[in-house]
Amino acid sequence: MATNKKKDVLLKIQDLRIEAYADEKWFEIVHGVDLTLHRGEVLGLIGESGAGKSTIGLAAMGFARDGCRISGGSIEFDGMELTTTPQSALRALRGSRIAYVAQSAAASFNPAHKIIDQHTEAPLHYRIQKRVEAQEDAMELYERLRLPNPQEIGFRYPHQVSGGQLQRAMTAMAMACRPDLIIFDEPTTALDVTTQIEVLAAIRDIVDQFNTAAIYITHDLAVVAQMADTIKVLLKGEEVEEAPTAQMLENPKEDYTKSLWAVRSFQRDQKPRPTDPNVKPVVSVKNVDAAYGDTKVLDDVSFDIYEGMTVAVVGESGSGKSTTARCITGLLPPLKGEILFKGEKLPPSYKDRSKDQLRQCQMIYQMADTALNPKVRISEIIGRPAQFYMGLQGGELKSRVDELLDLIELEPSKYYNRYPTELSGGQKQRIGIARALAAEPSFIICDEVTSALDQLVAEGILKLLDKLQRELNLSYMFITHDLATVRSIADEVVVMQHGKVVEQGPKDVMFTPPHHPYTDLLLSSVPEMDPNWLSTLLEERGVDNIGEAAEI
Amino acid sequence: MGDIVSLVTKRLALGLLTLFVVSILIFFAVELLPGDIAEAVLGQSATPETVAALREQMGLNQPAVIRYLHWLAGAVTGDFGTSLVSGERVSAAIGPRFLNTLFLATYAAVIAVPFAIILGVIVALWRNTAFDRVANVLTLTSISSPEFFLGYVLILYLAVRTNAFPAIASLQPGMSFIEILHRTFLPALTLVLVVTAHMMRMTRAAIINLLSSPYIEMARLKGAPAWKVITHHALPNAWAPIINVVALNLAYLITGVVLVEVVFVYPGVGQLLVDAVSKRDFPVVQACCLIFAATFILLNLLADVGAILTNPRLRHPK
Repeated sequence: MATNKKKDVLLKIQDLRIEAYADEKWFEIVHGVDLTLHRGEVLGLIGESGAGKSTIGLAAMGFARDGCRISGGSIEFDGMELTTTPQSALRALRGSRIAYVAQSAAASFNPAHKIIDQHTEAPLHYRIQKRVEAQEDAMELYERLRLPNPQEIGFRYPHQVSGGQLQRAMTAMAMACRPDLIIFDEPTTALDVTTQIEVLAAIRDIVDQFNTAAIYITHDLAVVAQMADTIKVLLKGEEVEEAPTAQMLENPKEDYTKSLWAVRSFQRDQKPRPTDPNVKPVVSVKNVDAAYGDTKVLDDVSFDIYEGMTVAVVGESGSGKSTTARCITGLLPPLKGEILFKGEKLPPSYKDRSKDQLRQCQMIYQMADTALNPKVRISEIIGRPAQFYMGLQGGELKSRVDELLDLIELEPSKYYNRYPTELSGGQKQRIGIARALAAEPSFIICDEVTSALDQLVAEGILKLLDKLQRELNLSYMFITHDLATVRSIADEVVVMQHGKVVEQGPKDVMFTPPHHPYTDLLLSSVPEMDPNWLSTLLEERGVDNIGEAAEI
Repeated sequence: MGDIVSLVTKRLALGLLTLFVVSILIFFAVELLPGDIAEAVLGQSATPETVAALREQMGLNQPAVIRYLHWLAGAVTGDFGTSLVSGERVSAAIGPRFLNTLFLATYAAVIAVPFAIILGVIVALWRNTAFDRVANVLTLTSISSPEFFLGYVLILYLAVRTNAFPAIASLQPGMSFIEILHRTFLPALTLVLVVTAHMMRMTRAAIINLLSSPYIEMARLKGAPAWKVITHHALPNAWAPIINVVALNLAYLITGVVLVEVVFVYPGVGQLLVDAVSKRDFPVVQACCLIFAATFILLNLLADVGAILTNPRLRHPK
């Protein structure tokens, strides 16, 4: 992709400094970043959360979010110095010459207006096209981005269109005025892997066709490898290194970059099921059907989880993974079928279960932020289940909380009296784990516990869960859409689609062909570090046989 | 569309049920008032025989439930019985006055609702500026002052000192529409001052609440000017809370005007209600209460329907 594109410089950022306002003070969050982008070139910005990727991306449009300001350096776009340009002139650049594609298209399309009306807003505002002309152009872009029914889809409201389609519609919208530069801010992060591919392919196509320059922001290395000519790695508002994609992947120079590359290497040994046929599984889901109102969401779901083992339940959003967890915990009584615990039938609703039955099955949630009450001290968050289930009081309770904090590798004396808001994302998730452990369960449901975390932090959580499993002989049901996580910690895999189990078995078998076609689609859709992965895959399968349109 | 029809039908049924419960409350609350209606009508000099005869004539000897059912059956057809004081049909006494109250409420609403919403949009656009603060202080002052006080202040400045508008809003037959508008301007303005703050602040809050949404940032990044971001991108999504507050205030304009009508001697239901309460004219009190309750329920129903209709997810199901 990098061939002969480098002509003249389009964007030149020098010593960019950005400050954010917090606690009545201005803090510098971007500390002097340089960036040069040529016409038609794609630059990948990667880093963990807090690295300043989005902030830099927006600064390239001369835009700072509320509570942020550009405090130093220069941003030169096509000969124009954006830091000194008046707001009205800056606004005239946005949407016309520099466009933005946001992370969540579902949240970034206005729910009150039709998609095509939002698409034509900028061209009409800038009087580039008349309405009918702009609509026809939109339809043409929809067709190029391979959206179904390009003539009609724009006249729907955002909620009537799927996430992957919306993301492509947003890319089309960014193209409306044929800008010189597009900022893609994590455009596929919120999507399922199977949907991600079609969006990646569409974005790459259209950027190539119009020779548009782009800044592609992501935290996913494998994704950026497919999209960018050059990769820049950021850490806490500073540049770590920059190199052409192939060179960066093969030969990263800095230790931090190497550590990012190495994250996916954690893998624990796979455990087999017990050979003794008399051993009963810890949890056994048998022929469960469930529905929300009249909408059936689970159809004849069955699988077993044995002691000390990790069963990963994978599938796209809406496949029924979390609903199955809700059935097991009794939050959603199933319509049909039963849940067995060590061979004994559990009452369908949690209300009818005994304290001991409730204690045995605990849950850890995806969003540690919202799963912990911000007004309650750590000692109480962890102490409450210990008190409720174990009847611990006073000194006993305190020493138990200390013990639990030790288990999750947080210094008890330091964290005992803190509030959740004083902790980082990874630490909060550790508190979530300690809270589950406080009930002394034999079985824990981990619902996407690492997907909101940065890779390095997620790695730490996975290692901790593995350690706890070995020490306490826990069984895990691990709900995830991330197959890399499955590879690293699962013993068995259950693949779900549309509320049904399509395939299940030991991990090594599941990851070796032949697969069920849906499993195959899932596996092949996970981006790989190879920069040619997407091109090869598209050649193999054809551009019209990916994502939602794929035949399985 | 089928979804919306069924939703609206459900709300309507629920509204009727609420009204039914309210009618029970009104009837039996009046029933609980101390004193005997027959004695009250006849006064202290009445002999026990005449009281008994009147009780018999008024049907007061029947059990309360039977009387309630009679009353309800009448109320459904618009017949609220006869006034104990004047002997007139209650519906005939209330009818024209209720129309007057509706007129005054409409007059005030036609000014207040657009004014409050436009002002709310402007202060949202110029949030945290001097204009925003001044508008907030002024509207808060007007909502915090009792309406009779506001009424007298307006009378002092706009009627007594400048003679621009009449201080008494009495209506005579044969007045032209313009004349009526002029005559009732002061009570209408008082009501406008009372209800504007609430609606304006809700409009401002509902819009500002949305300004951190990703689609608002997107609109900015598409180069939309600030006023367009507010009116085109934020306002259409802010209607639901605004409509609810507007409905509450409209209901207040009809049911809360008692004091304003008294101050300006305006011949509306409020005046009638005050008279009826002081004279223990129970059928009139009951009828007024029921009409007020129905107004409240109807306006809230309309607000619900309005909120549904402005939600694209409900208007255009998948």
